[in-house]
Amino acid sequence: MGATLKDATAIVGIGQTSFAKRLPESEKRLACRAIVAALDDAGIAPSEVDAFASYTMEETDEVEIAKSIGAGDVTHFSKVGYGGGGSCATVAHLAAAIATGQASVGVAWRSRKRGSGPRPWTNTRVQLPTPAQWTRPFGLLRPADEIGMLARRYMHEYGATRDHFFNVALACRNRANQNPAAMMYDRPLTREMYMTARWISEPLCLFDNCLETDGALACVVVAAGRARDCRRRPVYVHAAAQGLPAQHHGMVNYWNDDPLTGPAWTAARHLWKGADLGPQDIDVAQIYDAFTPLIPLSLEGYGFCGRGEGAAFTEGGALEIGGRLPLNTGGGGLSEAYVHGFNLITEGVRQLRGTSTAQVPDAATCLVTAGEGVPTSALLLRS
Amino acid sequence: MNTSLPPATDTPPDPSADLLLPVPDDDGAPFWEYAARGELRVQTCSDCDEPRFPPRPCCPHCQSFAAHWQRMSGRGRIWSYVLPHPPLLPAYAAQAPYNAIIVELTEAPRIRLVGNLVAAPDAALNSVDPARLRIGAPVKAVFHALPGGPTVPRWVLERP
Ligand SMILES: [Zn+2]
Repeated sequence: MGATLKDATAIVGIGQTSFAKRLPESEKRLACRAIVAALDDAGIAPSEVDAFASYTMEETDEVEIAKSIGAGDVTHFSKVGYGGGGSCATVAHLAAAIATGQASVGVAWRSRKRGSGPRPWTNTRVQLPTPAQWTRPFGLLRPADEIGMLARRYMHEYGATRDHFFNVALACRNRANQNPAAMMYDRPLTREMYMTARWISEPLCLFDNCLETDGALACVVVAAGRARDCRRRPVYVHAAAQGLPAQHHGMVNYWNDDPLTGPAWTAARHLWKGADLGPQDIDVAQIYDAFTPLIPLSLEGYGFCGRGEGAAFTEGGALEIGGRLPLNTGGGGLSEAYVHGFNLITEGVRQLRGTSTAQVPDAATCLVTAGEGVPTSALLLRS
Repeated sequence: MNTSLPPATDTPPDPSADLLLPVPDDDGAPFWEYAARGELRVQTCSDCDEPRFPPRPCCPHCQSFAAHWQRMSGRGRIWSYVLPHPPLLPAYAAQAPYNAIIVELTEAPRIRLVGNLVAAPDAALNSVDPARLRIGAPVKAVFHALPGGPTVPRWVLERP
């Protein structure tokens, strides 16, 4: 039996900048601030860092970051594709490298100025080679349009309503209202605001969409043995998985046999297989929420309920603190910050340290997921 | 007399002007060539007969590289739809809210094409009342030559 990932490594440091629609500093400077803060949180010197992992969409590269923070010789570096699908995989890649002896101190990060910059979908005019040639000319321009198609079909097949999507938006907003770092900290949401909000892509309205955010986050991963000597209580990487389903097509999964069983289903099968836990053992969940309908789809995919039951699962305050599965307790992408899901990882760590601003009492297990709708990844964290 | 005024009989601006043009790749080019002739065809494996979309070099079922383009009747049903609102690229914002639909083809239900439901082939993307959009509604393909670009399939209701 070779090396196993199970609890072999732990997240021992987290760091972040402030989140805002516009921050004056560059992405590189923000990345360095978040990484230095995470190393300080862990009590580890930057010269000990020998591994880096980030997203292919991350524009600050490891060479510049390593020089800037004063890293030592680096022996592992990797980048994960597919935007928001990559968040959890950055930690998973570090965990695998450390568990197999390729490195000892890993840093994962994401720095983004989406709030200041142009929207990525506006850059599509130049060339539309496959696969965009099959969608963009017909006005399916933005991620909201692409996911809106799945949302409409989901509503049709399973009787999901806008009230179900509102349940998701409200749970995230309520948690953000408890989190001073969240962009929506002082902005409560009501059902009336939701139901009368402007449309983005019917059936999705403004509050079904994540925030445009500037900000950076980072975390530090080390072997379990080393973790016990760090400054903070270790949060163990119990299991990790990536998922790219057979015949999957990023964002526009319409050509799959079954477009409503997305990458979450594939990642989940592998995740639970490598874990001593099941969905019933999860105390709190940080589920990727670029759009509200991704939550019911993910609840089904990760096995918290049956097929078609994800919308009903959100009823009766299930996603609130004290509910069946407290969700996105920092406010998530919908209400804390949209930084390609990296804030879901740091919030998972806070929950298991017992330091969340919306703490779930005695939380010992947390599921963190990356983007549903694209090749994805997930982490099972435990204290 | 101000000669810079357009003549009173000027035709209205083409609603398709400045829409994004599909840029065919090697695998997809035949789709657009057939569309230009008013034919809806789907790439199909010549060995196991499985249709596939989007077009690609190799059959995922039998790994054959032999393929042909099977002619479809052009009939299908609406599988899903959205109504995009701004912010959008200018040519689309000008017609917003418009519809974008997914059509499941009658002969090959797992082949789903993104398109637009229109009142006529060259009509605007918002030429059908959104209240008429319904999942399951039968539609048929019509063809529209984009200004300066390929011909794209569009969809009209079978029961207008
Ligand atoms: Zn074949």
